[in-house]
Amino acid sequence: MMPAVETPAKNNSAPMMLYPSEIRRTLWETEDTFTLVLDVDHRPERYAFRPGQFNMVYVFGVGEAAISISSDPGKPAQIAHTIHRVGTVTSALAQMRKGDIVGIRGPFGTSWPIEEAKGKDVCIVAGGIGLAPLRPVMYELLRRRSDFGRIMLLYGARSPIDLLFRVELEQWGRQSHVEVIVTVDRGDSSWKGYIGVVTHLFSYLKLDARETLAFVCGPEVMMKYTLDELERRGIPPEQVFVSLERNMKCAVGLCGHCQLGPVFVCKDGPVFRLPVVRGLLDKKEM
Amino acid sequence: MLTLELRDLDEVLTALANRGYQIVGPTIRDKAIVIDQISSVKDLPGGWTDLHDPGSYSLKKRKDAAVFGYVVGPFSLKSFLSPPRTRVIAIRKNGKGFEREPAAPQGEMKPLAFVGARACDLYALALDDRIFLEGPFPEPFYQRVRSSMFILAVDCAQPGGTCFCTSFGYGPKAQKGFDIAVTELCEDGHHVFLARAGSERGEEVLASLKVSESSPSEIAAAEQQAREAASSVPRHVDVAKAAAVLPDLFDAPAWDDIAKRCLACANCTMVCPTCFCSTVEETTNLTGTSAERWRRWDSCFTMDFTKVAGGNVRPSTKARFRQRVMHKFSYWLDQFGSAGCCGCGRCITWCPAGIDVTAYLEALCAGQGNGTR
Amino acid sequence: MNIENLSEILRQHPFLADLPEDHMAIITGCALNAHFTEGSMLIREGEIADKFFLLRSGRVTLEMDMPPRGSLRIQTVGPGEVLGWSWLISPYRWHFSARAVADVRAIALDAECLRTKCQKDHDFGYVILDRFVRLMEDRLQATRLQLLDLALLSPEVAR
Repeated sequence: MMPAVETPAKNNSAPMMLYPSEIRRTLWETEDTFTLVLDVDHRPERYAFRPGQFNMVYVFGVGEAAISISSDPGKPAQIAHTIHRVGTVTSALAQMRKGDIVGIRGPFGTSWPIEEAKGKDVCIVAGGIGLAPLRPVMYELLRRRSDFGRIMLLYGARSPIDLLFRVELEQWGRQSHVEVIVTVDRGDSSWKGYIGVVTHLFSYLKLDARETLAFVCGPEVMMKYTLDELERRGIPPEQVFVSLERNMKCAVGLCGHCQLGPVFVCKDGPVFRLPVVRGLLDKKEM
Repeated sequence: MLTLELRDLDEVLTALANRGYQIVGPTIRDKAIVIDQISSVKDLPGGWTDLHDPGSYSLKKRKDAAVFGYVVGPFSLKSFLSPPRTRVIAIRKNGKGFEREPAAPQGEMKPLAFVGARACDLYALALDDRIFLEGPFPEPFYQRVRSSMFILAVDCAQPGGTCFCTSFGYGPKAQKGFDIAVTELCEDGHHVFLARAGSERGEEVLASLKVSESSPSEIAAAEQQAREAASSVPRHVDVAKAAAVLPDLFDAPAWDDIAKRCLACANCTMVCPTCFCSTVEETTNLTGTSAERWRRWDSCFTMDFTKVAGGNVRPSTKARFRQRVMHKFSYWLDQFGSAGCCGCGRCITWCPAGIDVTAYLEALCAGQGNGTR
Repeated sequence: MNIENLSEILRQHPFLADLPEDHMAIITGCALNAHFTEGSMLIREGEIADKFFLLRSGRVTLEMDMPPRGSLRIQTVGPGEVLGWSWLISPYRWHFSARAVADVRAIALDAECLRTKCQKDHDFGYVILDRFVRLMEDRLQATRLQLLDLALLSPEVAR
């Protein structure tokens, strides 16, 4: 019987209650992706979260969207959500400015198993906006650097202008013992980095499969071929973790929308140990 | 076991009303037996029975005056414990921000007394408890109504045309989960209700009546009726076998066949007492100064149910049909420890295409695949 | 550079791993050390493919001309990888250009020399073709995934 991924703490007896929160900053990361930094220092312990968890972010008069928290869990006075503008709620959020108020409730869901990674190598594989729920992991790993072995980040985006957190990518790359390799699907004249799919980057790493934990997040297609590659490289599936996304209305395992086969992505996930969901991901229209 | 006459049953209703309960029970409206507010036995569908067939429901006059001589209507306890619409939160705009009102609806809500619950309703209630009470976040409205609800159950005298409760190891006699249960005997002018208590509350109500113990012949007649009802349940599902074979049948071509008549109308999910999917919607007033968030029933059959950025996970009717079946008879076991069906037959009766879950499950298990009639 | 050193370098390249001695000798006979500074072209689209490269260090970007929008940078090839197989297939012309985006050290292999050797020694020819087929399959799969990625994220593509 495999140990479950850390389950969410029950710190919340009224999970449908919304808390108003002021926007401190908005940052446009790419043409369609932006980060909202929210001020929560009046009650930071209420919003304390673990890497991988998400909040339901609410816009008055429009509705809610489930968004991963992308900030540093060790700095709880401000929390950030990196958002892809793709629907009604996210478009409304995209119009908001410093000083505007949004509602949040959460945090919900399971988190990346950082404790389990102690003493091991960690290979983070992110595609596109998938880097957002993984950024808190990086902060956490770097804060306790000596607790972990190699730290590797493989990150792929559509093109150089679609890369998220470029400043941090460079900072992390310059740190000793952190290997950051970035690739894009198509380059431009100034791009001197890799061009090609993120899985190809494994050719440039020599992984110690037994000692490596892999954390994967990105579009589902990208995750599937990454999982194939990890398998080819001999990483045991119980050492691979994925973060999934489904339609969510309640975030508390009641509305039924987020079900993937038997699991509820909002409460059994979004972070899953691979063997739990591998069979489910392969099925068409599950 | 106590023997009640119709007027004693009426007194039970009065006693419940006097104890502050809002009584809901079966009554006829729009040519169907629905659950609505009732105040006396006169409101019950005396002398009526219901005819259930795949895709077909109608009422028929009985030869006797039995008041519980039918099985189930389109409503179930679900309508009261997890109503079609519940307000989750009310929000008022306040400058740049907003204020929230408490989540629970304001105002007094009388405790509910549910009259006429069948064994399948009680079984479904136990399943609903697992969904709404036993997760990490118990649902407050359900909790509130459930904890104060009084249940007067009825043993089915005969099963309906689409019933299959016995496949789940219970019924048609009510076994547990009620405050009072009655067996109606209506033969040759002898019209009585043999009543038994299932809780202290029930005992207390029965004790207030001036009635006598049931006679051995009455008890024997009730037991005989229960035996005959159990042995004549018309349909059957091999629940264990379905749970065993379904995971491997996800990609079976049989689904195209079975689902080809499905209209994705979502009737089955609406009438099903254990379907719990919902959605949350935002409504604002005309001036945009206040908003409310309402939970309302939703169905996995709707087109947008699995909408994600970039598309829809289950665009085809076949996939959505399969989802319901897999959820009820396979995923439920992982999620809640048992199949999510109570065998009430409502989905068979109210499917406009007459799709019969017992028939197609049998076909799937047997490896054939054509479960439509 | 003398032959012994070249042999050693070749033996270390992953593409030639586990090649038997005699085949190694044939390859060494067609090989030359090569060095490209950042920004220079190793291959030009449309030209005759008279050699191909085993990269040792640095990185090369593959570009295709896309008038009127300029060049499309479609892939990078890095250390330990192989650049170019059009030399195997007539009419032996390059379908893309390759530009060094960092200083590149590579082994250049003479196409005509190797083609002749393959034609004369079919065993050797089979081994070479076998390795290239695997490489092409790998590259084809990666290209398909790239297409998927681009198609997925592009709003015009219908599902």
